[in-house]
Amino acid sequence: MAQYMYLIFGDESEMANATQEDWALMMKAHSEFAEQVTKLGGTISHGEALAPSPTATTVRGQSTGSPSVTDGPFAETKEALGGFYVIDAKDLDQAIAFAKLLPTSGGVEIRPVIDTSGG
Amino acid sequence: MSRLADALDDAYRREWAFVLAATVRVAGSLDVAEECVQDAFVAAIGAWSERGVPDNPGAWLTTTARRRALDQLRRDRTLRSKLPLLIEPDANEPDPADLLEDSVVTDDRLRLVFTCCHPALSAETQAALTLRLVCGLSTPRIARAFLVSEATMAARITRGKKKIEVARIPFAIPAESELPERLDTVLTVIHLFFTAGHTASSGDELVDAEVVGRSMDLARLLHQLLPYESEVQGLLALLLLTDVRSQTRVDSNGSLVLLKDQNRSRWDGAQINEGRSLVALALTRRPPGRFALQAAIAAVHAGAPLYEETDWAELLGLYDVLLTVWPSPVVALNRAVVVAELRGPEEGLAIVDAIDAVGQLDRYAYLPATRADLLRRLNRRSEAARSYEQAIELVDNDVERVFLQDRLAEVRG
Repeated sequence: MAQYMYLIFGDESEMANATQEDWALMMKAHSEFAEQVTKLGGTISHGEALAPSPTATTVRGQSTGSPSVTDGPFAETKEALGGFYVIDAKDLDQAIAFAKLLPTSGGVEIRPVIDTSGG
Repeated sequence: MSRLADALDDAYRREWAFVLAATVRVAGSLDVAEECVQDAFVAAIGAWSERGVPDNPGAWLTTTARRRALDQLRRDRTLRSKLPLLIEPDANEPDPADLLEDSVVTDDRLRLVFTCCHPALSAETQAALTLRLVCGLSTPRIARAFLVSEATMAARITRGKKKIEVARIPFAIPAESELPERLDTVLTVIHLFFTAGHTASSGDELVDAEVVGRSMDLARLLHQLLPYESEVQGLLALLLLTDVRSQTRVDSNGSLVLLKDQNRSRWDGAQINEGRSLVALALTRRPPGRFALQAAIAAVHAGAPLYEETDWAELLGLYDVLLTVWPSPVVALNRAVVVAELRGPEEGLAIVDAIDAVGQLDRYAYLPATRADLLRRLNRRSEAARSYEQAIELVDNDVERVFLQDRLAEVRG
């Protein structure tokens, strides 16, 4: 088993204009996604939706001794990071199969998680 | 000694992929497997010169390479990669110890091909890894074929292998549902490599025969492994029927000879026949795939005893279907040439201008070259000259450049 982080990117205006009903539908879609992943042999170890990028704060320059604190996300992108999952999958093919099932109108970046447990 | 050298060359070209793929299963790493296979070829020099070339050189090399991989794994237990390649278990392979028996040799070449051509790798990396790992071509040779520096190519190959390891790209044949798409990627890689050799991207020779030969080997290998896949039949047919013209595309002075002026009696009839029977098979799939259709187009050209006898109506029909399954501006440009033959240069030119207006082929030398030729035929000389100038600026191959310069002088004169 290998672990992957799914970084879900999308158009934030869609989220901003979402009605309560839209939210409910999205939550339902994500629980269905979780069920499918489990059924296909994957394990979701964590996943969250994130507040929109204007609420982000970036701290840089840790190595300089006087880190700066600025308003906004680390990288300005047209499609913003909106949520994430950490999922255990058999291999990249299975990880990609899960990504194809993800309910998102944007896209998802899959990154392998490095095993730092040693041994 | 030369018999030994021949045997080694032959084994390298024929057996490399088989030996490497079989060693990956033991080594659990592409890098380690590659190293062990190289060692096995070195060991073969000594062993074969002393005891003669074995009956089955591939099996000898596989056993030697696998033994080395096992030794290395035992020795370097602590250094052993924490991320062994994810190898699909094989039903025929009960015990790793049996792997050293000559009789138990699993053909893992298809897994190797699909791993190298995984869609999570960039198109450039897929090509580089396929040539390095499946064909066993050296990094400098691959760099030359794709016109990049050796350092760039070496870095690309290293990054690719690293991604396979870290992102856990499996050493596996894709699931049935994924196969058509994954296979298309593999075929695209082979076709790209063939094209790079058929019209060398640089230099004073039009055709890079080694690159053409290796890409044909790859297509044959894939056809041997997947004999019933229509698009594999189509690709092999396309390469056979295109390559048949390689020898007649330049004259004895090394100058370009156009299709209409080529000496067709020098085309290899056996190769054309093989290509045509593959086309017939490939076209039985409905709807036909893009490689089958391209091969059918090449078959029409190869089947005409004289340029004047080319069946342009049949070609136009094939291009129309090809354009629906594969809407590419390059296909549209080739179709325009057929339209010009069938209905006159004026109609062809209108299509070329429409393609030009979209702007997708701004860096494609064959667009202004086609336009120039149509204008020349319409006797619109000053416009033709301008298009020849544009084409000359974009063309990479010297033989093609000289041809275009001659035509430019002709329309100016």
